[in-house]
Amino acid sequence: MDDLISVRDLERRDFEEIHAIADLYASGSRKNNLHGTVALAFFEPSTRTATSFETAAKLLGMNVVGFRSEEGTSVSKGETLGDTVRMLDGYSDCIVMRHRFDGAAKFASEIARHPIINAGDGKNEHPTQAILDLYTIRRVFGGIDGLTVGVLGDLRYSRTVNSLLLALNKFKPKKVYLISPPQLTLRKEIDDELEYSREVTEDLVSIIQEIDVLYVTRIQKERFPDEYEYEKVKGSYKVDHRVVSKMRKRSIILHPLPRVDEIDRAIDSSPKAKYFYQASLGVPVRMAIFERILGERK
Amino acid sequence: MSESGLLVRKIKEGTVIDHIPAGRALAVLKILRIRGDEGIRVSLLMNAESKKMGSKDIVKVENRELKGQEVDLISLIAPQATINIVKDYKVVEKRKLVTPKMVRGVLKCWNPTCITNNDPEAVSRFTLISEKPLLLKCNYCYSYTMEEQVFQQILGE
Repeated sequence: MDDLISVRDLERRDFEEIHAIADLYASGSRKNNLHGTVALAFFEPSTRTATSFETAAKLLGMNVVGFRSEEGTSVSKGETLGDTVRMLDGYSDCIVMRHRFDGAAKFASEIARHPIINAGDGKNEHPTQAILDLYTIRRVFGGIDGLTVGVLGDLRYSRTVNSLLLALNKFKPKKVYLISPPQLTLRKEIDDELEYSREVTEDLVSIIQEIDVLYVTRIQKERFPDEYEYEKVKGSYKVDHRVVSKMRKRSIILHPLPRVDEIDRAIDSSPKAKYFYQASLGVPVRMAIFERILGERK
Repeated sequence: MSESGLLVRKIKEGTVIDHIPAGRALAVLKILRIRGDEGIRVSLLMNAESKKMGSKDIVKVENRELKGQEVDLISLIAPQATINIVKDYKVVEKRKLVTPKMVRGVLKCWNPTCITNNDPEAVSRFTLISEKPLLLKCNYCYSYTMEEQVFQQILGE
């Protein structure tokens, strides 16, 4: 593994190996074993992803340089992405990049000599989040095959949804429900790539009893072409006690976070609410990703 | 002699683009950036009879050869077309077009937030998904650019 740009580039074996390494870091049985420098290049804001990457790099024994926002960098003076990448490439062994434009990570990987890790590119992909999502499912259920997954919310603009759905191509889910208001359905180019059984619906309650994993996403307000379109769908779905009470006994709720109003805070205390547990696994998963990418280059 | 042969006479030097799907000759002229004020003689025949295609368009451009990018674009919108290079009234080279599996630089990705539409260094690159109807997938953002969007770009609509 060199760059990590899209889950399309990973095989099932890659997911399983990263998950197995993440187990070692999560249990504390593997410690820091890398050195060198990681550059964070967050052209778009991030809380969890940037912090977990930085924490993971530091726990592994690496230096961290770079930026978490364009402000105060030469990007705000008009420096091109290519030039910023060349500069960071000269200072580091790996660049973790988030950018508002779709395909930016791939473009950067064609410029940089060192590996690029895509930490989110526009509405396109967020591959490390998908590795983390599947890791959480595996930790709870012991595996991913045979489960019924419901993906609820903004399927049109959510990069975490794209990466999760494409990553599920490498496994054997029993069925995937794509649940969204009609304006936010999955884009055809993603749907055309999916290889497993799936069903599109607007009605969460009618299928909730079949679902093992309910993956909820917020409406990606910042990716809407205009405010009016956003206002039309704002608040159009919500996971609350009424929904949770109908869920299967062993089922869980995941969310890549941040949430807005799509999950009622009253259900945070439910044993089904696994989104903060999911976020907590971000560090060992990203340690494992660093090890897979940088360990092989030693 | 075919009807088209009667309607459009032979050229001495230049390029004949034959077997263009009927109705697409104007798009071919757009690709060649021919507006009519270049001072070169251009013959255009639309909806000519064709044994192979039923009906077809033909474009004859005198004293002009095609550039690589022009051929790439014509092959996308008229994959069955043939390009004949004419010298001294004789066809000296006959090329059958092949739709390229990869299209680089000549078209814009239809996704406005694709990196290739927002960075001066990033050059568009597409993989051909389907020839009929034409469907391209961006190698950067994985968005589709569809046939009507390709035509809109070529015709400048």
